[in-house]
Amino acid sequence: MKKAILALADGTWFEGRALGAEGETGGEVVFNTAMTGYQEVLTDPSYRGQIVTMTCPHIGNYGVTPEDIESNRIWAEGFVVKESSRVASNWRSRATLQEYLQTANIVAIEGVDTRALTTHLREKGAQPGVISHIDLDPRRLAEKARQAPSIIGRDLAATVTCKRRYTWTTGTGNWAPKLEMPDRATTRARTTWRVVAYDFGIKQNILRRLVDVGCEVTVVPASTSAKDVLALNPHGLFLSNGPGDPEGVPYAMTALRELIGRLPIFGICLGHQLLGLAFGFSTYKLKFGHHGANHPVMDLRTGKVEITSQNHNFGVRFPTDRPQRGQELPIADTPFGRVQLTHTSLNDGSVEGMVCLDRPVFSVQYHPEASPGPHDSAYLFEQFVDLMEKQHA
Amino acid sequence: MPRRTDIRSILLIGSGPIVIGQACEFDYSGTQACKALKEEGYRVILINSNPATIMTDPDFADRTYIEPITLDVVEKVIECERPDALLPTMGGQTALNTAIGLAKRGVLEKYGVKLIGASIEAIHKAEDRDAFRQAMWKIGLRVPDSGVATSLWEAEEQVKRVQFPAIVRPSFTMGGTGGNIAYNIEEFRAHVEWGLSMSPVRQVLIEQSVIGWKEFELEVMRDLKDNVVIVCPIENLDPMGVHTGDSITVAPALTLTDKEYQMMRDAAVRIIREIGVDTGGANIQFGMNPVNGEMVVIEMNPRVSRSSALASKATGFPIAKIAAKLAVGYSLDEITNDITGVTKASFEPTIDYVVVKIPRFAFQKFPGADPTLTTQMKSVGEVMAIGRTFKESLQKAIRSMEVDQFGFSSKMGLDLGVPSNLNREEATEQVRKAVRTPLPDRLWRLADGMRLGMTNQELFALTKIDPWFLEQIRELLDFERRLVAERGVIGATGLNPELLLEAKALGFSDERLAQLLGVEQHTVRGWRLALSQGPQPRGVTYKRVDTCAAEFEAHTPYLYSTYERDCEARPTNRKKVVILGGGPNRIGQGIEFDYCCVHAAMALREEQIETIMVNCNPETVSTDYDTSDRLYFEPLTEEDVLNIVRREQPMGVVLQFGGQTPLKLALSLSRAGVTILGTSPDAIDRAEDRARFRELLDKLGLRQAESGMARSVEEALKIAADITYPVMVRPSYVLGGRSMQIVYDEAGLLAYMNTAVKASDKHPVLIDKYLRDAIEIDADAISDGTTVVVAGIMEHIEEAGVHSGDSACSLPPYTLDASIIEEIRRQMTALALELGVIGLMNAQFAVKDQTIYVLEVNPRGSRTVPFVSKAIGVPLAKLAMKVMVGKSLQQLDFTTAPKPAHLSVKEAVFPFTKFAGVDVLLGPEMKSTGEVMGIDSDFGWAFVKAQAGAGAILPTSGTAFFSVKSEDRAGAYDVARRLVALGFRITATSGTAVHLSEQGMCVDVVNKVQEGRPHIVDHIKNGEVALVVNTVRTASAQTDSLSIRREALHKGVPYYTTMRGALAAVMGIEALVKKGLAIRALQEYHRKN
Repeated sequence: MKKAILALADGTWFEGRALGAEGETGGEVVFNTAMTGYQEVLTDPSYRGQIVTMTCPHIGNYGVTPEDIESNRIWAEGFVVKESSRVASNWRSRATLQEYLQTANIVAIEGVDTRALTTHLREKGAQPGVISHIDLDPRRLAEKARQAPSIIGRDLAATVTCKRRYTWTTGTGNWAPKLEMPDRATTRARTTWRVVAYDFGIKQNILRRLVDVGCEVTVVPASTSAKDVLALNPHGLFLSNGPGDPEGVPYAMTALRELIGRLPIFGICLGHQLLGLAFGFSTYKLKFGHHGANHPVMDLRTGKVEITSQNHNFGVRFPTDRPQRGQELPIADTPFGRVQLTHTSLNDGSVEGMVCLDRPVFSVQYHPEASPGPHDSAYLFEQFVDLMEKQHA
Repeated sequence: MPRRTDIRSILLIGSGPIVIGQACEFDYSGTQACKALKEEGYRVILINSNPATIMTDPDFADRTYIEPITLDVVEKVIECERPDALLPTMGGQTALNTAIGLAKRGVLEKYGVKLIGASIEAIHKAEDRDAFRQAMWKIGLRVPDSGVATSLWEAEEQVKRVQFPAIVRPSFTMGGTGGNIAYNIEEFRAHVEWGLSMSPVRQVLIEQSVIGWKEFELEVMRDLKDNVVIVCPIENLDPMGVHTGDSITVAPALTLTDKEYQMMRDAAVRIIREIGVDTGGANIQFGMNPVNGEMVVIEMNPRVSRSSALASKATGFPIAKIAAKLAVGYSLDEITNDITGVTKASFEPTIDYVVVKIPRFAFQKFPGADPTLTTQMKSVGEVMAIGRTFKESLQKAIRSMEVDQFGFSSKMGLDLGVPSNLNREEATEQVRKAVRTPLPDRLWRLADGMRLGMTNQELFALTKIDPWFLEQIRELLDFERRLVAERGVIGATGLNPELLLEAKALGFSDERLAQLLGVEQHTVRGWRLALSQGPQPRGVTYKRVDTCAAEFEAHTPYLYSTYERDCEARPTNRKKVVILGGGPNRIGQGIEFDYCCVHAAMALREEQIETIMVNCNPETVSTDYDTSDRLYFEPLTEEDVLNIVRREQPMGVVLQFGGQTPLKLALSLSRAGVTILGTSPDAIDRAEDRARFRELLDKLGLRQAESGMARSVEEALKIAADITYPVMVRPSYVLGGRSMQIVYDEAGLLAYMNTAVKASDKHPVLIDKYLRDAIEIDADAISDGTTVVVAGIMEHIEEAGVHSGDSACSLPPYTLDASIIEEIRRQMTALALELGVIGLMNAQFAVKDQTIYVLEVNPRGSRTVPFVSKAIGVPLAKLAMKVMVGKSLQQLDFTTAPKPAHLSVKEAVFPFTKFAGVDVLLGPEMKSTGEVMGIDSDFGWAFVKAQAGAGAILPTSGTAFFSVKSEDRAGAYDVARRLVALGFRITATSGTAVHLSEQGMCVDVVNKVQEGRPHIVDHIKNGEVALVVNTVRTASAQTDSLSIRREALHKGVPYYTTMRGALAAVMGIEALVKKGLAIRALQEYHRKN
């Protein structure tokens, strides 16, 4: 078995066995606590620039299938697992994880004490790291890690967004969320809503879910101007997830400032952070981010808790924690009117969702499209349609 | 939402005695519930007939009723205590069915008792097979095609559509009791009849078989705000067709894609909402077709369960505790996660290790029982192991089971490779045959198949075990081959360190490595320890179970071992003690020992000593993370315990509470320099070793039945002839009377020596004179080395020869002379002082013709400790623990045993209904799984209550049937005479009838089975018999009358197979007739003036 090393910028290093393509790779090392869905994680463009550590010790058990991708390639810079399965066992599986990583030319490492790594990242914060199969000198690798560019302020979205716009028409099919009783889902009259989706690194399941709720989606590159968006004459605008720091994508924020109030907007993850910036809020880097499928989020308006899928390193700082008079929830005044905090994380109290009370805009930090993760917040796509319905009634 | 203020007092129903399918996991959940509710300031009223539970300790509830869980008694409790609410979801199926019964009777309405946790409608919807099916259809979920039947005729109609193989599932039973798989119409009819009789509502479901589909369970919780979380997905390694309690199960689910898992999760959320479980936990089972991912819902339990206990231990998420809080109005987001201290209970645990549970069976105890694993649960206990990988976890689980397996030892001698002279094809065929049917040893058979070259595909085709699991086993075997290649070429420094560490990370035990490498276990340990020294120590590490895969810091030291980079044990510098638990439940060693371990932990806490618990049984209170200061969820083997001791450096280790499991380690631990607290290992050896024990008795002038030790058949025959038949025979080292028998003649002895055991120099067979018709006595004492208090002397109801664990007993004795009791007290004291007992001691005596014989002495906590503690109102195990850390009994103010004014009767509970065709006769081989306690002011009523607790409701009128062996005829007359005086009619088989009529009694003669019809079994079937008294001696008579006993069992007719038992029953019936039911809380019995 060929040896491999993972070294972090602070000099901490882990020995393991080579996995995936032979080589060396660098990126910010983060951990994900989801127990299923490694293929979705690998193909999620939000992992651009990052080496992903899975805390679940067995990865690759059910192999990979072209049906479970979130984009057309693997975006994670590297992969760290405790044990990668020799065999793939599932009726839909087409290849093993090892084959998949090799084909995609992804450098990975297994046999790592991923719990020790996770604990370290939790305590010291996410940081650059390097996986190498060729250079086994931990000191040299740590030095390389230190020289890697920081993700703060970098425009990673530009590296993952689509080159030109395209339309998306396929839904989730058999794997659609089935949390509602079957008779309730069909009450809505089926209208087709034209939706433009900004691609900052969009996950395909978002597109599938939008189609599920009656949208015809035109995906546009991150740099598309407000004018070009409006020229498409959409009923609504969707702001996607994406990698890295929202402050690295100032042009998107500029476009948003022009678009807010012109049409219903729904943003998630990076899209939510960009809305935050557009509203005039600040964003910040979390110590080690939220990456997992078990994050409890409370809807402050109802007191109900959703178990959510999350994947972000940055968060929005809500300017006030005090409600305005006559209101129960914190509200901030912005150039676009009042913005209300609607969701917070039960784990650390961070901002998870907001709604503009005076313009048709709402956003969440987490991933209602799940994939991987629970479907509890799937209803948000319906809410987006409700919003378009209301606006265009 | 804040907690409910409209209720102040809550009644909790326990699950009663330990039976197959309902074991100490309900003490774990009930104890958590009691604690949680008391913490919230509610007045908790508890009823449970099982004295060996922690929950029935008087401190855990405000009012504790150790009374039989029958509708009459629970109604009486409600009448006396007037609780505002009833929480029925903590006591298994027993509590749920009792709650339904109370509701049906109108008791809840009459006394204004609110049901919390689950409504009657929800329970009905989940438990009634038909209602559940309808509900699933309504929400668009598939269930296997099925139909409900309440008669054989209806069942036959259903099976025409469902087709064979078909599953027969009775409604409202637990552990799949009465369930079966039928492959043809003949089997089908038998299974349906059995199923109908097992269902309390005479309803069975005839279900399409999805045998071979993958099986999963989700533990779901819901609060009043309709928040739903999945605590843990559990995957069964054994596919559909084997009851989940009998399956090897794994957490988390390991072979589901995210798409599949989320589909299942959605379904679980929809199900708990549709069924209407408002608050608390539920367990939902799914089947999935491995070929196309098709999913079906199998069933749901609207309560905490064995699986929820497992899920709690597997994740650190205390389901029962949280369910209790939800039931009184809290929502999940209002409850803090104890382990992180900062996050909320409203989340889904994620785990970064693998948990494997393996069931433990007891088929060797029930000759004739079919060991095939089916839809009805048959296992008596389980172990759980935690490792960073499935491979490590599986190997740890295997050695946790204590079945002399330290890894994948070959059943065919293939450990070192396949011998060239082996007929491969024949051997492979043997494996094919063995794995096709699920049997307890299938894991090892699979391994042999792989050694013989069978592929994953072939093994999957035969077993439907997911190829991923098969591959894991194969990887272990591949590694074994690498190790075997090192055999003989290992140098003085030992195995290559990299290889050794890799082996350890794969979960290989030192013992297994030694077997494969051809060295001694201590040699492997030596290599290992050498690596753990020096500047770069490498060796065992401990990781924490934290519900969150290290995303948050864990504040509870709940640990498991692995071989990795970093260790999180972080031992303290406090004064500390390691307590070794009892391991998996089995017949002979169960909840009683866990009770003692928990008490030891409580006592040490009171003494401000840090407690470190080591155990591997997920059902227990001892493995609750807040029972001790630190919990190591680890196998109880020499290797694993020594690793912990080395890391923790405790002041000592406690062995005397966990039963035989830790005791077996006494010598090796003390040789390794570990301080054993309390009674010395040498004293333990003096009591265990035959020769030394004899010397001890001789020195004290105490008497023992004549005996001898045989190392060969010839020797055995000679000894038996010398001491004269009947004799009791057994192998030299036993627990729970394994392979123990009474032999009446030479033929019997030869049969035993040739089939039951293999006598050898190392393992001789012991032969004792069987003291016929002697009264057996059990006694428990506590000693600090100078003061001995004989805390309880119990008279067995069944005569000597019936295993003490299977015999009912009375405290205080109900027939013995005071002088005999005094003499037993003297002998106990002498024995304890001579052995230098520090802590607990148990001894058994036989009294025959006013002579006392010592049967055995166990210088440790015994099975009867909880019973005695509750009977006299003194926590013996706690006191013993304090004595072991230096307190004197004087200091503890316990120098004389209280003499309670009431009588306590303990009765054993048996698993016979689970094993079709097995005889119910009692003997020296222990067969009971649990016990109940009856307390009252007189013996008769205490006995009646104990019987009721065990499921036998004594009749006050009707016909009593007698068929007794010749030497019991005098006794039978006495019993029959008293029954006649109470208005009973007597029937008897001819021999017994003649004898009774000769004494002037009016007796109806009834045919034996072979004498023509209608015979006695017909009468029992027709419900014409209210009581059966049937004693037999010879082997042939046993088989002749087997159908009588089985039928009585089947129909729930109280039966007695010993004359002393029958006599006690008559005393009970006399008491029943004389006065009505009276109940009293434990707190009342032991009120200090």
